[in-house]
Amino acid sequence: MIEIKNLSKEFQTADGTVEALKDVSLTIHDGDIYGIIGMSGAGKSTLVRCINMLERPTGGQVLIDGQDIGALSKMELRKIRREITMIFQGFNLLMQRTCLKNICFPLELAGVNKADAKKRAMELLEIVGLPDKANAYPAQLSGGQQQRIAIARALATDPKVLLCDEATSALDPKTTHSILELIRDINRRLGISVIIITHQMSVVEEICSHVAILDEGHVVEEGLVSEIFSSPKSKAAKRLVFPEGADEILLDPKGERRIRVVFSGAVASRTPLIAKLAMEEQIPASILGASTRSIGDKAYGNMLLGITGDDEMVRRAMEYLRSVPDVLVEEVTDNV
Amino acid sequence: MFDKLLSSEVIEETLQIVQNEFLLGIWETFYVTIIATVFAIVIGLPLGVLLVSGEKNGVRPLPKGVMHVLNAVINLLRSVPFLLLMVMVFPLSRLIVGTAVGTVASIVPLVIASFPFVARLVESSLREVNPNIIEMAQSMGASPFQIIVKVMIPESVPSLLSNFTIAITTILSYSAMSGIIGGGGLGQIAINYGYYRYKYLVMLLAVILLIIMVQIFQSVGTRLSVKSDKRLKGK
Repeated sequence: MIEIKNLSKEFQTADGTVEALKDVSLTIHDGDIYGIIGMSGAGKSTLVRCINMLERPTGGQVLIDGQDIGALSKMELRKIRREITMIFQGFNLLMQRTCLKNICFPLELAGVNKADAKKRAMELLEIVGLPDKANAYPAQLSGGQQQRIAIARALATDPKVLLCDEATSALDPKTTHSILELIRDINRRLGISVIIITHQMSVVEEICSHVAILDEGHVVEEGLVSEIFSSPKSKAAKRLVFPEGADEILLDPKGERRIRVVFSGAVASRTPLIAKLAMEEQIPASILGASTRSIGDKAYGNMLLGITGDDEMVRRAMEYLRSVPDVLVEEVTDNV
Repeated sequence: MFDKLLSSEVIEETLQIVQNEFLLGIWETFYVTIIATVFAIVIGLPLGVLLVSGEKNGVRPLPKGVMHVLNAVINLLRSVPFLLLMVMVFPLSRLIVGTAVGTVASIVPLVIASFPFVARLVESSLREVNPNIIEMAQSMGASPFQIIVKVMIPESVPSLLSNFTIAITTILSYSAMSGIIGGGGLGQIAINYGYYRYKYLVMLLAVILLIIMVQIFQSVGTRLSVKSDKRLKGK
């Protein structure tokens, strides 16, 4: 478990003091895939670097399984960093080393003998699906493959937590999806907690269980992804959920009831959901706003439906939609 | 001057000198250059590492005062003209090799003149290393020493090789200058015959050989640098 308590970070610049983080408190439980999302400059990168003390916070604490890592000595800190490893936007592979040697790197640092390190690296190449690239150099790989090698490297020391700093921001949507699948797979199979820093809502939608929204150094909203998506309360959250500004639609009082449908990997592309709702349940729904995309044969994103009818009708509509796996349904009652 | 330059008498005499002295000259220039370069790298490489790692934002910051002194000493040595430096280090040469003149003694001023230059070259090579890669190593629990030895130096090998090539060609030309203090090699042949005894053809041939040696060092160095760079491997 990672507990971030009242964390703050100030930078001294020529223009005075900049507060990058202000009183941030979060709890990340074992096995979570926790998203931290925000616009550029919101403090995400600073926050993730405070978790492994690459940046020293100016106030507050980071506790990992109850241990205050800000209080550790340099040596102890280096040791604990083997348990909180990191992947990056730019992959940051050692360009003059082969893939195998890149994966061996953290093991070398930890003093593991060469034969054992090599054996472990080969296993990891298998896990990330690139067993044939052991002797290739990073420059010979595509971006997605390089990130896979970086993931293998981050897993080498059997970490408890994987920090992903904009790990998919340099990749195309298809590659992003396959990298996220890999991260989810690692999370499930190896039980590693994952913290994902991103500015892409789609990444949070696709794999995170929890999300914190960071805006100007504050956590403005935090909780289950499904909850925050179905009823974003803060301005920053709304801006992220409805990048095209759906507020106007929502404020339109036509007396109709609004239902938010969140697709988190539902096999929905073959099911005309809204049409079937109309045909099978005789409930006509209008689409007030939608931001969805299909990756592979799965749908991600959310949709806002307007239904004119009584409680019973709304209840039936929600029940129907809920019967589809990986679709979250919520009635929107407040003036979002 | 030029009508006499190619008379049969001159040519015969020149051939004589070439036969008797050039082979030794080439050898002396070669080993003085190599030995001086090796020492210059042995001293200059760690200093170059300190210049980068000891900075305020480096992997192992050193006290400001230490960095100031280091930079000042390097700049000082770099700004003394080589001809004067050779004379100034006479006492040191005597202390180390027992004499201040001769081929072996000329290695001392060559090393003194070139290690600060090598330190600056190493500094510029190491600064090319992507800071994100250093951050990666820190995030994996690397110590400052491990970052230097396992990340900064190996990642800049191609750039270091190409900079060491610059160093070796510069040291070669310095070694020719050390002919003045009896440094041996092609430089001394050129000065003794060309400057003191007006045998311009001998001087010309010695200079041409020096140019050829520079060309060889340069092309071998460039090839090694390119070959070592794993970023240039095709997909």
